[in-house]
Amino acid sequence: MEALGTFGQLLVGGLLTGLVFALVAVGLTLVYGVMDVVNFAHGEFLMLAMYAALGLALAGLGPLVGLPLVAIAMFLFGIVVYRVFVRRLLAGPPEATVFGTFGLLVLMQGIAQATLTSDFQSAPNVPFRGTLHIGAIAVSQATVIEGIGALVLTAALFAFVEYTETGRAMRAVAEDRVAATLMGIDVQRVNGLAFGIGAACVGAAGALLMLSYPVYPTAGAPFALTAFVVVALGGFGSIQGALVGALLVGMLEVFGGFYLSPEMKMVPVYLAYLAIVLLRPQGLLGRR
Amino acid sequence: MPARRLSAFLAAAVAVTAVGGAVPTRAADQPDIVIGSILPLTGALAQTGAGLRAAQQLAQDLVNGHVSYPLPLVGKSGLPHLGHARIRLVFADSQGKPDQARAAAEQLITQEHAVALIGTYASSTTATASQVAERYGIPFLNPDSSAPSLTARGLKWFFRATPNDATFADNFYQFLADLKKTKKIDVRRIAVVGEDGLFGTGASDAEEQLGKKLGYDIVTRVAYPATTTEVNAEVQKVKAATPDVIMIASYLPDALLYMRGFKEQSVLPKAILAQDAGFIDPGFVRTLGADAEGVFTREVFSLEIKHRNQAVPLIDQLFRLRFGGKPLDGNTARDFMGVLFISDAIDRAGSTKPDAIRSALQKTDIPGKLTLMPWIRVHFDANGQNDGGAGIIEQIQNGKYETVWPFDVAVKPVIWPMPAWKR
Repeated sequence: MEALGTFGQLLVGGLLTGLVFALVAVGLTLVYGVMDVVNFAHGEFLMLAMYAALGLALAGLGPLVGLPLVAIAMFLFGIVVYRVFVRRLLAGPPEATVFGTFGLLVLMQGIAQATLTSDFQSAPNVPFRGTLHIGAIAVSQATVIEGIGALVLTAALFAFVEYTETGRAMRAVAEDRVAATLMGIDVQRVNGLAFGIGAACVGAAGALLMLSYPVYPTAGAPFALTAFVVVALGGFGSIQGALVGALLVGMLEVFGGFYLSPEMKMVPVYLAYLAIVLLRPQGLLGRR
Repeated sequence: MPARRLSAFLAAAVAVTAVGGAVPTRAADQPDIVIGSILPLTGALAQTGAGLRAAQQLAQDLVNGHVSYPLPLVGKSGLPHLGHARIRLVFADSQGKPDQARAAAEQLITQEHAVALIGTYASSTTATASQVAERYGIPFLNPDSSAPSLTARGLKWFFRATPNDATFADNFYQFLADLKKTKKIDVRRIAVVGEDGLFGTGASDAEEQLGKKLGYDIVTRVAYPATTTEVNAEVQKVKAATPDVIMIASYLPDALLYMRGFKEQSVLPKAILAQDAGFIDPGFVRTLGADAEGVFTREVFSLEIKHRNQAVPLIDQLFRLRFGGKPLDGNTARDFMGVLFISDAIDRAGSTKPDAIRSALQKTDIPGKLTLMPWIRVHFDANGQNDGGAGIIEQIQNGKYETVWPFDVAVKPVIWPMPAWKR
């Protein structure tokens, strides 16, 4: 009975952990899907969003009120980064985006360290500090809110890409850039929008993560690393894939941590990643 | 600093100056003695590095000055046995990276002709920098790195003044033994939790080995990656083991995850004994509030202990004047002392020859009460480890870190067991 209780607790813990991973991964997969760019500075976008949310929290705006503001600010930031920087990288060889966005990662971390110090900082008076009990299973309210946020964000993004005009244009660009241009789609505009929306998603994620994590200049890195695995597992560019991949990674990590050992908890995650790369390189729900 | 405290401090400083006596003369062409200092001056640890540099410079200026304090070699206008030659610290940046620390050591020895090296804070950078010193046969004094493995490498030129994580593990068990003796508190089941880097592994290994040797029941050992974003499995492992005491070594983000996880899963041991790091970060109490109450953490230093060296508040005030009002802490106090220890050895050597300095270091025997630290003495064993080091244990009481052990220097009594989680 006790073993069963632990199993249930791990199951719920793994699912919620997976949802937090999905929250961070959806923005990454969107950008990849539309323009074939893996944004290595994704974690630093998350870090920036967390600092923005912290700033708003210090000004008295809680994470949930601050969320749309952070998302809008990050949207604009994403568009500027695209216009000024990523657009130029796309004109170069494919490696240019890899090194370019990696350079952006180093730059953003450096600026954060120099200006915001490397101290850990948490938002003051964070709501949802309590615990939710469902039978014998206990979960933190903050994680549940983050999980709901992940589901809403994924659903909204999915609906946007599937059912709106702009979303269709994005899919067209993703499928064939040249053909999309010939059909009269402004590829630069669509790319910029996708990069902006990707940044807005990570903005929303950053605001929600301030419910349970402190921010520091390298705070985004552990989440981004997992997000890369999630996106590769679920299928590069697939929004549903990111959700499925994230849930899988969450479960593998938590169960691996308990039944193997916490030190080894990433082993099943990376094994699954390797298996996918070998057997189904396009990812679980990827198309290519 | 409040005006009242400033004037009290100045009065004390003047009083000490008055007994300083005549200023000895130094030959005009007396060359300075160069001590190379490797610190993380840029990168993620830059903030810490800036404080350590300020502390070391303060020590340098006090050694070169003539104001006396109850500290070794301070106030003798340089090194008396070397014609009152001044010491001069030359700093090199490790960036907190092992390869940079190696390059910095190389540079200080070959280009700056440092007679000794000091540094480097992070255990990983101390490991590489001290290898370079070993190769050149230059004494290396480490005031501040706590990985036990550093003094288990059989190096001839490496000396560590700070107690290491094994000492702190030893302190935990002495604390438990003292509790048993004075309060009949009996602890049997211990869970050992630590991040899987050099710091956490060293601390956990020491806790586990010593615990087993002393007949405690180590009910689980949890090692986890420090950059993890969740500790679901880890908390369940600890919960299943039903420990009386959890010994834990974590950085801040993971320390917060554990504390929340323990609360959420109703894991309530009698006590949580932490190896500082995340548990003494200002963000720990600020973030957790009432949920941080009752946690014990070891510390290397406190401004508030009984029977302390009278120099502690004075050096603290001098440090604050130089470092934006920030108080002296465990790291800066240890680095301050480090400069005094190496200067004292060079002075006793009466020479800047590496062999002479090394043999002086081996003969070091400074009573703990002549340091700022809660130590018994400074004396290096065959491995270069100070065998007179000791830590203190603090407990978070009403949001403040209060010294509760050793009992003779404690400012507050122990609260045992820790309070139940607030719902």
